[in-house]
Amino acid sequence: MKDYLLKMQNITKLFSGVRALNNVSFDVEEGEIHAIVGENGAGKSTLMNILSGVYGYGSYEGNIIYGGEECRFGGIRDSEEKGIVIIHQELALVPHMSIAENMFLGNERGKQMNIDWGETYQKAEEHMGIVGLKESPRMLIKDISVGKQQLVEIAKALAKSVRLLILDEPTASLNEDDSQKLLALLLQFKNEGITSILISHKLSEVSQVADRITILRDGATIETLTKGTDDIGEGRIIKGMVGREIQDRFPKRESSIGDVSLEVKNWTVYHPLYERKVCDNISIKVHRGEVVGISGLMGAGRSELAMSVFGKIYGRGISGSVYLDGKEVKLNTVQDAINNKLAYVTEDRKTNGLILSNPIRVNVTLANLGRISNHGTIDSNKERADAEEYKDMLNVKCNSIEQLASSLSGGNQQKVLLSKWMYAQPEFLILDEPTRGIDVGAKYEIYTFINQLVAQNKSVLMISSEMPEILGMCDRIYVMNEGRIVAEYSRDEASQEKIMSSILSASAS
Amino acid sequence: MADIKKAPTSGKEPNPQERLDVPRANIGLEFVKKNTMLVALVAAMVLFQVLITINTGSGSFFSPANVTNLIAQNGYVVILASGMLLCILTGGNIDLSVGCGLAFIGAVAGELMVNRHMNIYLTIVICLLIGTALGAWQAFWIAYVRIPPFIVTLAGMLSFRGMAGILLGGLVISPFPQVYKRYFNSFLPGSATPADLLVPLTLVIGAIICAVFVIAQIYSRVSKIRKKYNVESPVVMIVRIVVICAVIMYVFWLFGHSKGMPVILITLAVVVAVYHYYTSKTVPGRHLYAMGGNEKAAIFSGIDTNKVLFFAYTNMGFLVAVASLVCVARFDSATPSAGNMYELDAIGACFIGGASAYGGVGTVSGAVIGAVFMGVLNNGMSILGVDANWQRTIKGFVLLAAVIMDVVSKKRRTVS
Repeated sequence: MKDYLLKMQNITKLFSGVRALNNVSFDVEEGEIHAIVGENGAGKSTLMNILSGVYGYGSYEGNIIYGGEECRFGGIRDSEEKGIVIIHQELALVPHMSIAENMFLGNERGKQMNIDWGETYQKAEEHMGIVGLKESPRMLIKDISVGKQQLVEIAKALAKSVRLLILDEPTASLNEDDSQKLLALLLQFKNEGITSILISHKLSEVSQVADRITILRDGATIETLTKGTDDIGEGRIIKGMVGREIQDRFPKRESSIGDVSLEVKNWTVYHPLYERKVCDNISIKVHRGEVVGISGLMGAGRSELAMSVFGKIYGRGISGSVYLDGKEVKLNTVQDAINNKLAYVTEDRKTNGLILSNPIRVNVTLANLGRISNHGTIDSNKERADAEEYKDMLNVKCNSIEQLASSLSGGNQQKVLLSKWMYAQPEFLILDEPTRGIDVGAKYEIYTFINQLVAQNKSVLMISSEMPEILGMCDRIYVMNEGRIVAEYSRDEASQEKIMSSILSASAS
Repeated sequence: MADIKKAPTSGKEPNPQERLDVPRANIGLEFVKKNTMLVALVAAMVLFQVLITINTGSGSFFSPANVTNLIAQNGYVVILASGMLLCILTGGNIDLSVGCGLAFIGAVAGELMVNRHMNIYLTIVICLLIGTALGAWQAFWIAYVRIPPFIVTLAGMLSFRGMAGILLGGLVISPFPQVYKRYFNSFLPGSATPADLLVPLTLVIGAIICAVFVIAQIYSRVSKIRKKYNVESPVVMIVRIVVICAVIMYVFWLFGHSKGMPVILITLAVVVAVYHYYTSKTVPGRHLYAMGGNEKAAIFSGIDTNKVLFFAYTNMGFLVAVASLVCVARFDSATPSAGNMYELDAIGACFIGGASAYGGVGTVSGAVIGAVFMGVLNNGMSILGVDANWQRTIKGFVLLAAVIMDVVSKKRRTVS
């Protein structure tokens, strides 16, 4: 029988009268990888915030028994002292500081008034070695990729002599390759005796590494599945999460593919700062009524391709041509692109997509204010009515269209972002990571909506790092790597293995 | 209502219909929450009235002369705050050169109008053009070269003050022609009006304004109903109309007992109306909010944010010229030290009025309330005979308190 490192017993947490957690209990064995899954809003983050002391003792009911004793954490410092380290989904690194400085931020080597830089860099290098980072510890955070930043966060946790590592959606912004590396790292930690709690929406990863899986739904523990004794396949987990079996995570669609509608020919884009081709002689086409996917690793140049086509807002020295419905168009500004009925639903709804401090109404109409204005004057009545209509069309769950975008959940924000671009009445849509970080239910709604779009004979180009999504949704798939299209598959040909191997073989050559 | 809201969605969310039927008490509470600064303003006025009555026995904050004075003293803040708001909306950017630009344009006006006896209308046009040009000069560096506004306008602050000194040679130009001052300092109805007709005639002006307001309200309601849009309950509308008309009539009654309606009020009303309309009802106005709220999202939505920023600062220059023309008329002189610290009054008014220090949030009406609030503080404390250093100290705390309130109330909203 194994020892329990952590037991959380009958945890109940109220937010102004609303039960976020209701009598949640779960335990973590010493040295295991314990996954916690659940839809957005199921209470995962709240539970972890209680464990790490963000919500201090007294603000919740229930007990935390850690390392055999009852703990009453008053803040993050208390829990970190006991070796509990949480790595949040949004990385907490300072871009203009070096890797080593970040790693020991708040945990500086040497004395309070005399930092020992020699030790700082020495120790940083050691910890970086463990997580497989080969960069110089003097490198600035802003100069390394997101995947490596994630590794820095983990190295930072190691520097605090971690006993229980909590990772909240660690692979949400990582590509397949980096995700795999990270999961391998977790398994390696497990061998070294570090216990981990993994929170993830990516169920394939969960079933791959977790020893046990606790499923939360609506603030309550539903069940804990154990590897070896229970079925821990994706279907089984989803059943627990949503309380029903989703037969197919991707809605069916009858494809009726028409003429070529969006075509990019010999598209080459240089990096805005360096003498490097970000997109190298790319030619792709999308037909009417077709969903085409672009798969690839992070940094393959997929978003850059989309942004450079969409009014040249990225890159330098752009050459090549764009055809819409067979006619060549010059898209020199975003306005040109919008006027030509092209829409680019940006990845990262928070930084590039929405104006969080503004209400839903303003966000919905922003890309096509011409539709509700006359000689520059906005008809606020029409605006309100239109925003209502689009909100209903995409089933955005909110109290009213005057609610601020910042107060919505990720899935609903994504729907607002989609409504905004639908309001521009596009014929050709580029969707960049349309379902990142949103729950299974909202994903399904967005997939259904994409199917409606192509049923209306529109064309959709979808960039996604989630392989199942690409395989489940697209009629045709381009694989992009290091700025080039390296493969093209039809729906029937494509498989996860084929896509991965075309990326790897292209990188190797 | 029912035909717009189609499908009943998940049971959890409250139906918008229910929100309209909230009890009266909640409407009152909602109003206080939304208009915290307006309530605070009224409270401050009442407080001063009480303090003044206790301290002096005879004086009154709401005396006809004092209310007239309040408007004359703070006109420039309202004008500058309207322009400053646009800059702040683009992303918490401020313009430090405002007071010094005002001194320089005042000097130009004095030189042309007084020393060279140029036609006053031509002078006004030239001053407005120079103001706009100064604004455009700074706006170019800020918007297209992306030099931080703080630095560009700090440089402007130094050089405009210097240019004002050079032009005036360290002297004061005075007095300005009577014809010119008439447009900013006189009262309606004119001074020729017999004393016993002053109150009735002023009230007539007030009544006309009320009538226009009521007609506009009714027209907007009718057109909404015709297009089948939602309308607020008639009770709310009638209460609002009655309260606003009562305030207008009271203020005009006070004017009548002083010298009449100050004509500067017309300039102020036009400026406020134009900028309120621009920010709330136009596409370029919406672009200001979008840029300040999230510049990247704005760019991806097809907005030329450089142009937005350029306009905001060029416009600021224009309004500096307007405020300068108002100020030289009021002080009847152009001095090298004019407009000292005016930028801070304008910035303070915007923040007290609820503008976000990060941009993207704020209204012209808020900035006006902020400007009046600062004016009321100055005026009330002066009447009470509070020492100037104490006045500054208190104003500093009020500004900080306003921003703290804004930030804290927002935090609470995100937690719940």
